[in-house]
Amino acid sequence: MGKSNVFDLLGPIMVGPSSSHTAGAVRLGAMARRILGEEPIQGTVLLHGSFAKTGKGHGTDLALVAGLLGMAPDDERIPTSLMIAKECGLSLSFQTADLGDVHPNTVKFDLLGKNGGHVVVVGSSIGGGSIVIREINDFHVEIRGDYPTLVILHQDLPGVVAQVTLLLTTAQINIARMLVSREKRGARALMILETDQKIDDASLDLMRKLPRIYQVLAIEQL
Amino acid sequence: MSAYEDWVIEAETKGLKISEIILQNQMEELEQSEQVLFQRMNTNLKAMRESVEAGLTSKRRSLSGLVGGDAEKVEERRKRGESLIGDQMSGAIARALAVAEVNACMGKIVAAPTAGSCGVLPAVLFTIEAARQVSEHELLLALFTAAGLGIIIAERASVSGAEGGCQAEIGSAAAMAAAAAVELAGGSPRQTADAAAIAMKSMLGLVCDPVAGLVEVPCVKRNATGAMIALVAAEMALSGVESAIPIDEVIDAMGNIGKQMPCALKETAQGGLAVTPTGRRIQVDFL
Repeated sequence: MGKSNVFDLLGPIMVGPSSSHTAGAVRLGAMARRILGEEPIQGTVLLHGSFAKTGKGHGTDLALVAGLLGMAPDDERIPTSLMIAKECGLSLSFQTADLGDVHPNTVKFDLLGKNGGHVVVVGSSIGGGSIVIREINDFHVEIRGDYPTLVILHQDLPGVVAQVTLLLTTAQINIARMLVSREKRGARALMILETDQKIDDASLDLMRKLPRIYQVLAIEQL
Repeated sequence: MSAYEDWVIEAETKGLKISEIILQNQMEELEQSEQVLFQRMNTNLKAMRESVEAGLTSKRRSLSGLVGGDAEKVEERRKRGESLIGDQMSGAIARALAVAEVNACMGKIVAAPTAGSCGVLPAVLFTIEAARQVSEHELLLALFTAAGLGIIIAERASVSGAEGGCQAEIGSAAAMAAAAAVELAGGSPRQTADAAAIAMKSMLGLVCDPVAGLVEVPCVKRNATGAMIALVAAEMALSGVESAIPIDEVIDAMGNIGKQMPCALKETAQGGLAVTPTGRRIQVDFL
């Protein structure tokens, strides 16, 4: 474990019983909702490893749903989230699955949004309530939710990344971490940018109008 | 490598409390004012207080049905004046069970340092508050002392049961609570280190063997025994009893023991109490 501060040792304030299986699960649900970018109405949730084996006793299912509903880890409605989901018209099916060589606390969401959006998200709860999103729609990613994050689907061609970073330079936004991956050369590619500052709507609009940019998703910090 | 000893020496040299040294350190580390840090810590203190109150009055049971109602039993006996070990110790047991039960029943708690060990620190602090005249400000300072020691433990060893067994969770919580208790009772910076060392030494080797993998058995009751060890260690240190092995070396020993501990005894529910006939039966019945 690296350098921590007093609030890592006292906190988070959370609904129990487990920081990894409950608090982390809420945050995974919340991230999946943010990645979908709208209110989810239907979905499948696949639980892997320890999430599948001991999730029930830790309320992992309740916590994941609470996150999908937009709740935070200290929300006392978490124990009743399944009921709230029903009232909100969110229909979910839970299954256990072997997701392969991944962290023991891993979940895969397949979500349908109110406005027709669809997304598949894989994420892991890696301890102490910390999480990492590993996959979005078959693209490998690494998003921890501790920074404002841009997920940009674009064409794999020279200069496409540069025009995005130039726009960020103009907006005085500093990149903390960056990851680029692609389906194959010249095909669809994904760029993940974790930034020190929150990106403003005007810059986002400009970014969406850039050539060879298919989709831009801005995910707020958890 | 950071050392608690460095903070003790700095506090002694400057004639300050250990919490004040930690506070200064964190103002630099987090680039936040003293006022902001106190506000943030106050949010934790308030949530801790609420979790004790919720647990002493709640009738809830955990998802597995194994946990709930024990805090109330101890508290009722204490109120009847029948406690075998004295009002304060019984009060601490009830508070520790209360918070740990709230956690097991999906109520709101403050991880201190983890959710599984959330009952130890509030039990110790609020027991001292009930017995002595201490201000809210002093309680907050004591939380900085506890968390500061936690930083050293996390850096030199671990506070995760999956990495270091229960000694890393309840053991760390007991050491943090012992240091906080000493400061709250007016002890010296050196005595906070001795209390923490004595508490952690009493917990070395404790494995993490949760039945059915749940944060219930034996976790809830270990919060109460952890709080007892913290208070006993604080009492010794305040009396002038010293730890032969300094706190930083005790922490290193805890970390090493954690590494030597087999995986079956580190939160995997594959050893210890989890694989007893009864432990297995509970797992089958529940899952």
